[in-house]
Amino acid sequence: MALLEASTVIKRFGGLVAVNKMDFIIEKGSIVSIIGPNGAGKTTFFNTLTGIYRPEEGKINFNGHSLVGLRSDQITNLGIARTFQNIRLFGYMTVIENILVGMHTRLHQTTVAALLRLKSFKAEEEKARGRAIELMEYVGLHGLGDELARNLPYGRQRRVELARAIASDPQLLLLDEPTAGMNPAETAEAITLFQKIRDELGITILLIEHQMRVVMGISERISVMDYGEKIAEGLPAEIRANPLVIEAYLGRGAATEMVT
Amino acid sequence: MLKKITLQISHGIHKAFLFLTTGKTALICAILYLLLSFLLVYASPRSLIAFLMFLSAILLVYYLKIDNRIKFSFAVIIALILIPIFGVRNIFYLEVIFQISVFSALALGLNIVVGFAGLLDLGYVAFYAVGAYLWAIFGSQQLFMLHSIPGTQPATDKFFLPANMFYLFIIGGVLVAGLTGVLLGLPVLRLRGDYLAIVTLGFGEVIRVLANNLDKPLNLTNGPQGITPIQRPTLPEPILNIIRVVLNPIVGHDVTIGEFYNLFFYLAALVIVIIVIVVARHLDDSKVGRAWTAIREDETAAIAMGIPLVRLKLAAFAAGASFAGVMGVLLSASRTFISPESFSFMQSIGVLSMVILGGLGSIPGVIVGAAVVVVLNLQVLQSFSLYLSQLRQSEAVIPIINFAWKNLSNQLDPAKYQRMLFGLILIIMMIYRPGGLIPAARRKRELKADVIEPIEAESVAEGEVNHGSA
Repeated sequence: MALLEASTVIKRFGGLVAVNKMDFIIEKGSIVSIIGPNGAGKTTFFNTLTGIYRPEEGKINFNGHSLVGLRSDQITNLGIARTFQNIRLFGYMTVIENILVGMHTRLHQTTVAALLRLKSFKAEEEKARGRAIELMEYVGLHGLGDELARNLPYGRQRRVELARAIASDPQLLLLDEPTAGMNPAETAEAITLFQKIRDELGITILLIEHQMRVVMGISERISVMDYGEKIAEGLPAEIRANPLVIEAYLGRGAATEMVT
Repeated sequence: MLKKITLQISHGIHKAFLFLTTGKTALICAILYLLLSFLLVYASPRSLIAFLMFLSAILLVYYLKIDNRIKFSFAVIIALILIPIFGVRNIFYLEVIFQISVFSALALGLNIVVGFAGLLDLGYVAFYAVGAYLWAIFGSQQLFMLHSIPGTQPATDKFFLPANMFYLFIIGGVLVAGLTGVLLGLPVLRLRGDYLAIVTLGFGEVIRVLANNLDKPLNLTNGPQGITPIQRPTLPEPILNIIRVVLNPIVGHDVTIGEFYNLFFYLAALVIVIIVIVVARHLDDSKVGRAWTAIREDETAAIAMGIPLVRLKLAAFAAGASFAGVMGVLLSASRTFISPESFSFMQSIGVLSMVILGGLGSIPGVIVGAAVVVVLNLQVLQSFSLYLSQLRQSEAVIPIINFAWKNLSNQLDPAKYQRMLFGLILIIMMIYRPGGLIPAARRKRELKADVIEPIEAESVAEGEVNHGSA
């Protein structure tokens, strides 16, 4: 069953067509990737999915809801969470607070209840705190809950971002270059974590990457973008062997070399 | 080397702080210090040093590590017994404390907008004006004068509304100013940073100019002359008489009705400040407050977390504005006179500098900031001025350079370069202590809930070392 279905999505910036007639389907429970060289339009496509940009043309359906024209916060509310290419944590908030912000759409306390510190408010806050700590443990941030996010090293900040995204109870998790800047060991750990999130929490994952190594190891299906268009789609093995893809990535010379 | 010395100094301060706030001896010392400072302010009218001692004693009590119930009883004794006694004896102190309370509430309101949500508002005093004019127009004879030119005397000495409608207007001030906050918020929602600041600055000026010019075609505000007299709520005479029986012998004179009003407005301001503190704290530590901070830190990420930007920005403007509105109503009643002059751009800047001086986003910091600025304004500079003018009248000469004090230019009067001094303080603060006097601390939640402690640089550095190796 398709969880998300985008058809002929077009996003232009002035004369530049950043995303051109993109068709895209994500099956429920899968891990899929969009790859492509820098500037291929991957992040722009992400941003049209999450409501940061509004596509000029095309349809995006998520679980039976049309996403075109919805605000980002409404889309998050429907069950799509994301991380950012250049980590965007709330630097002067603690790790736990970052995760609590992620739960924003799932907390139902009213302002009046918060002002009067009603029992229902306290109970919900305590529950949220407990869940935030659980999530921290889940992504491997034991004992760092009260640190300011900005003081954590890079790899841990990535984990906080992941925990914050999961905190909104999404059905679909969009990860924008989640392993950028990581060394091979950290990358391997991250891949295991993504698989765990899908297997244990049942969250469908869409990755953007341009590191082939990461993508091949984890994705069930891969779409390749170049100059705003989808140039290939298929299983990792098919993509690996596709000369068009190799060309887009490494140039024509490399393409011949790798195929031979 | 310098770094080592500053580290040692801060270490020393930390130790001294611990010594002063922990244990039985510390408690006894604090009580003695509080009593001593109380006796000094009681005995000496207008003494800056005594008053500063008293304020620092309050701060010391605030930081004492004792049971909250004991601390609470300290607060009650200070607010309801000590301050009224020396305040009625030396009414000037009560005025200073009243102003500290008023500006604390204003600064706390602005702190929600600027400190929590990160929306720079340079026209904040407009909401204060809205509250003040609300009661000024309805609580005076102004509504009888709609068709007469400014300055004419009303035909009757009747007021438009009964004086005790004041209490209703306290709530009205909250609502009307909150609504004005939303009105300002709507057009500026799409703006960020500098642009937002410029629009709010314009808004502040618009309100002031409106107040200045709404004497035609209908004379609503009486123009630059301002509105007076504005009613005060009535105080029940029998209760005053009972209080007199107790208070007269202590303060050493018959307490007048004016002094009772001072006391009343001090208490009213205190109650409002307490409510404002509780509201600000509870908002900060809830879904709404976290969303505000998230917006301040990174708007795009906040939206991606499902935070409805429009609603929360409007809520921040409304909450901040309503704090100012309620103090506006109180101010117009306590002064019985208001004019557009009281709501100038410099006032907005003044409140903003209290927030920055105390610590953006820090509730105790902002209150200390308000206290420092008010005391500086009303006491330090003025007493320094007084001292200089005394010197000028004397025959004294500065030795060595042989300069007679009486030749000192009038331009060097400290009260005249108040603004320059503020500027200097702000510059120094920004360079050496950008977090303010009492920087905002994040609540610790993982190990101990409900304990607020500043997250110290040391522990963070330590953490990084440990986790780096993990």
